[in-house]
Amino acid sequence: MSVHFKQDEPDTSNRLDDMKQGVIGAPLPRVEGMAKVTGTAPYAAEYPVENCAEGVLVTSTITRGEVTRIDKDSVLSMPGVIAVIDDERLITRPAQGTANEAPQQKPKSVSYWGQPIALVVAETFEQARDAAKHLKVEYREDEGAPLSPDAVEPEEQEGETVHQGDLAHAMAQAAHSVDVTFTTKGHSSAAMEPHAAIAQWDGECLTVHASLQMLNYNITELADAVGLAESKVRLISRFVGGGFGSKLGISEDVVSASLAAMQLGRPVRVVLSRQQVLQCIMRRSETTQRFRLAADENGRLTGFGHEALVSNLPGESFAEPVLQSSHFLYAGQNRELMLKLARIHRMTAGSVRAPGEAVGMPALEGAMDVLARKIGIDPVELRLRNIPEDNPEEGLPFSSHKLAECLRQGAEAFGWDPGPRKPRHTREGEWWVGTGMASAARVHNVGEARARVTLKADGTALVETDMTDIGTGTYTILAQIAGEMLGLDPDKVLVELGDTRHPRGSGSGGSWGAASTGSAVYVACTALREELARRAGIAEDELDLSNGRTQTGQTLTDLLGGKDMAREGHYEPGDIAADFTASGFGAFFAQVRVNRFTGETRVDRMLGAFGFGRVLNHKTARSQCIGGITWSIGAALTEALEFDPRDGHLVNCDLAEYHVPVNRDVPDLEVLMVEERDPAASPIQAKGIGELGMCGGAAAIGNAIFDASGARIFDYPMTPDRVLATMPVD
Amino acid sequence: MRPFQYDRARTLTDAVQITQGEDAMAIAGGTNLLDLMKLQVETPGKLADINRVGLGEIADTDGGGLRIGALATNTATAVHPRVRADYPVLSRAILAGATQQLRNKATTGGNLCQRTRCYYFMNIDQPCNKREPGSGCGALDGIAKLHAVLGASGECIATYPGDMAVALSALDASVEITGSDGMERTIPVRDFHCLPGDTPWRDNVLEPGEIITAVTLPAPVGGTQLYRKVRERSSYAFALVSVAAIVEMQDGVFTRADLSFGGLAHKPWHDPRIAQALVGNAPSAQLFDRAADILLEEAQGHGENDFKIPLARRTLHAVLEQASENAA
Ligand SMILES: Cc1cc2nc3c(=O)[nH]c(=O)nc-3n(C[C@H](O)[C@H](O)[C@H](O)COP(=O)(O)OP(=O)(O)OC[C@H]3O[C@@H](n4cnc5c(N)ncnc54)[C@H](O)[C@@H]3O)c2cc1C
Ligand code: SF4
Repeated sequence: MSVHFKQDEPDTSNRLDDMKQGVIGAPLPRVEGMAKVTGTAPYAAEYPVENCAEGVLVTSTITRGEVTRIDKDSVLSMPGVIAVIDDERLITRPAQGTANEAPQQKPKSVSYWGQPIALVVAETFEQARDAAKHLKVEYREDEGAPLSPDAVEPEEQEGETVHQGDLAHAMAQAAHSVDVTFTTKGHSSAAMEPHAAIAQWDGECLTVHASLQMLNYNITELADAVGLAESKVRLISRFVGGGFGSKLGISEDVVSASLAAMQLGRPVRVVLSRQQVLQCIMRRSETTQRFRLAADENGRLTGFGHEALVSNLPGESFAEPVLQSSHFLYAGQNRELMLKLARIHRMTAGSVRAPGEAVGMPALEGAMDVLARKIGIDPVELRLRNIPEDNPEEGLPFSSHKLAECLRQGAEAFGWDPGPRKPRHTREGEWWVGTGMASAARVHNVGEARARVTLKADGTALVETDMTDIGTGTYTILAQIAGEMLGLDPDKVLVELGDTRHPRGSGSGGSWGAASTGSAVYVACTALREELARRAGIAEDELDLSNGRTQTGQTLTDLLGGKDMAREGHYEPGDIAADFTASGFGAFFAQVRVNRFTGETRVDRMLGAFGFGRVLNHKTARSQCIGGITWSIGAALTEALEFDPRDGHLVNCDLAEYHVPVNRDVPDLEVLMVEERDPAASPIQAKGIGELGMCGGAAAIGNAIFDASGARIFDYPMTPDRVLATMPVD
Repeated sequence: MRPFQYDRARTLTDAVQITQGEDAMAIAGGTNLLDLMKLQVETPGKLADINRVGLGEIADTDGGGLRIGALATNTATAVHPRVRADYPVLSRAILAGATQQLRNKATTGGNLCQRTRCYYFMNIDQPCNKREPGSGCGALDGIAKLHAVLGASGECIATYPGDMAVALSALDASVEITGSDGMERTIPVRDFHCLPGDTPWRDNVLEPGEIITAVTLPAPVGGTQLYRKVRERSSYAFALVSVAAIVEMQDGVFTRADLSFGGLAHKPWHDPRIAQALVGNAPSAQLFDRAADILLEEAQGHGENDFKIPLARRTLHAVLEQASENAA
């Protein structure tokens, strides 16, 4: 039985708070943690499948043009080689998040260097890899493909444009103003587990083990790509070794393995090499961002301008949404916002860890720091003075707003010195020491989701949905939600995820999984409670369940009478999104040291204070925050994709040369959770958590570099060469 | 990865014999070679596994020095009590490199022979004179952040990426080599790596079929020994610039200043004129600048790596300041 709930109104009843089990929010360890650290949790490529052939993708060595000939004979006689698949249905790019249809196909048409054009299948991985390198391919190259964003006339993304009042006039009249331009380099998701798939075809149905974040969309994308009905496709992703956006849509491994299995009638595994993961999955676009901030003598913003340039391949709809939080974070009645997209022939740009704010916020918060210094006020105070009452563009109220609390509580916990002070105030030996701060903001998203909850006759519960757990703790929090609602220890709740045989969840992406699929579980449990209440003769809103009993001592097993009871919860966001602006907010504080000789920066300590609705599990939530802050350190100091200026290929395509932070770069991180109940966010009052931790944090570090060394750098990441070029000589 | 024949050598004679052929190579820890084989940058037809040849020993030499076997792991060398006591610059340089896991596998010989991290060298679908003579240098007008500012040529601007050898160069260690005919020869580390010139495919002076058997360190010289490695992240990154320094002072003036530099050239860079300029003089910013002028006299950037020139100067300052404070 399916129960539908569409949230059109804020829900202030906070039902979860009335429940009696007391496990919601508890810092439970992840239920699958032990399996993962002992290597017994199978990842996509690890399922034992008999008679499995191995496929390796062949990628293009030109930037733009046509494949005119693939000489299959050049490899078919090599040992172990079974086939060269050059099916027109092979995809050449990953699908964008929530695309719900196949991405670009027709692999003979090349639009970037490193694009997959064929798959070589052999008995062993080594044979396939060798043959893939030997395959003779002829091209007709279409010279002169634009490779750099400033080489083309960019397209305005009209939906993002805001002209409100007269910014130029506000700038001219301002007591204080800044007009600065920041740049950020491209990023890679850099998930630990490479993209990988094992496809099996029984002549009618296709089953694929894959590493994916959103099976609910991926099944449609795959079915569309290979030309099957969705009912003939099954996707399984029980464990995912990180996705960070790169596994939102189906990728080249999934479709090529599927087509090969269908053509050859035997299972085929395709695992991308690390180089391929970096070169033919997703990049975050580089950005150029100009800010114009006009303020009166009290530091109140009268004008706000943010114009950004990003890039993507021709034919891609995605434009890194850098303005996302700029639309509502700060006041200023005169506003100019504009996003432009340059069509260039670098690999696909798409969602990478907090698309938009991950690079928009560090730039904005850098500009705010410049303004605070100019005015001569505490940067915390500047933010506090500019928190708008309502969304300054649409006039919508905020569903909840914890920025001020996060700024104040964060500053206090960190021991923030409100100033005034000049940069280069403290030196310890070779190191300049300083502090910086920034606001955090990340829009809150929710999506439609379904989950089935079954109360088993033996008094345990089973939760089933095709939602994925990408390492965030989804298995655990869903067990907590069901346990809380049904009065069961989470140990008694089995959660089955990552299989399209289960009801469609929301998928994991945009930090929306917990609030969306968690709400579907909540809806299902509410329906179960109603039936239990009826059987127990107690009104549902008075029914207390804990440890498998009602308040009157009846056991669940008694109430179930030897039969399972199942309900499918179907949650839909509803009209509420049109009535409120919903966002997570927070504040970052960092202390860094900058070497006066070498320009190296090291983070001494960092604190993030976040308000993101109800905390479902304090441990997994904190881990999410720590992960986000760690990515902030990467964005601030080390992460940068480098593209060849002549053919646009990504040059630093392994984890030795694409520098994500290592342990030693990450000091003890302090996380402060400012708990709240957001009645409009979701029926469980939870919001997105994961991405917020990297939405602005890089600016706390960048601003601290200025405070420490006097180097005001407008380009992320702030590598030693850039610090040296900017730091005043002493 | 191409199919290859694998032979496990039991003795040095074995090893030398197996590595005779054109396309034969020795494999030690495999931390560099295997990666390059997977990328088909290296495509040996035959591999001689030399791990069981018995070259792992670290032993005192008659002259009071230390002989480090070619198969001693980087970890074993770095933690060896005599290395820590008498040659701390070597211990520090090794520990500044790679990660614990890699150092547990990496060996003395393999570390000396590790190949450049040039992006174009590692990508067989790009031009590279080192990998494929005559195909051109992809880095020259490409992304050259890692690349050389000293001793490069129009054919190749790659750097030798290692740390250990930079310390060995400062210590004036020697490399023991056994050739195909059983002949042994000894080469100063300072002369072991080549400049690219018009033979960029040559990293070092090893002839086909030659095996490194050991590195010998001269009798200890004491002094303050520092290894300073500048890098983008604080671990697990190759040097932008590194300096190995052995410095002694008496009566306020330098009496020894053996310096070698990493990250700047196709080899650990040692310029004896730097010691000549420093020795006999009292530390001062002007003196350090003079040393840097000598070092960088012929330095030339390639756009992206221009920063290495001021960075080398500043790192040299930092090291000399710290060393003279410690030594005083
Ligand atoms: C991600 C990563 C990061 C790294 N970071 C650093 C770093 O920061 N600093 C640093 O210094 N190094 C670094 N390294 C390199 C590492 O130090 C080398 O890979 C290692 O030292 C090579 O030793 P090996 O024994 O594994 O050599 P192998 O891979 O076995 O061999 C390397 C080469 O040496 C040859 N060879 C090996 N032994 C002999 C011998 N006895 N005689 C003749 N030829 C021989 C082989 O034929 C081969 O050509 C890093 C490596 C990786 C993968
Ligand atoms: S710098 Fe040397 S190694 Fe790099 S591409 Fe040029 S020739 Fe090859």
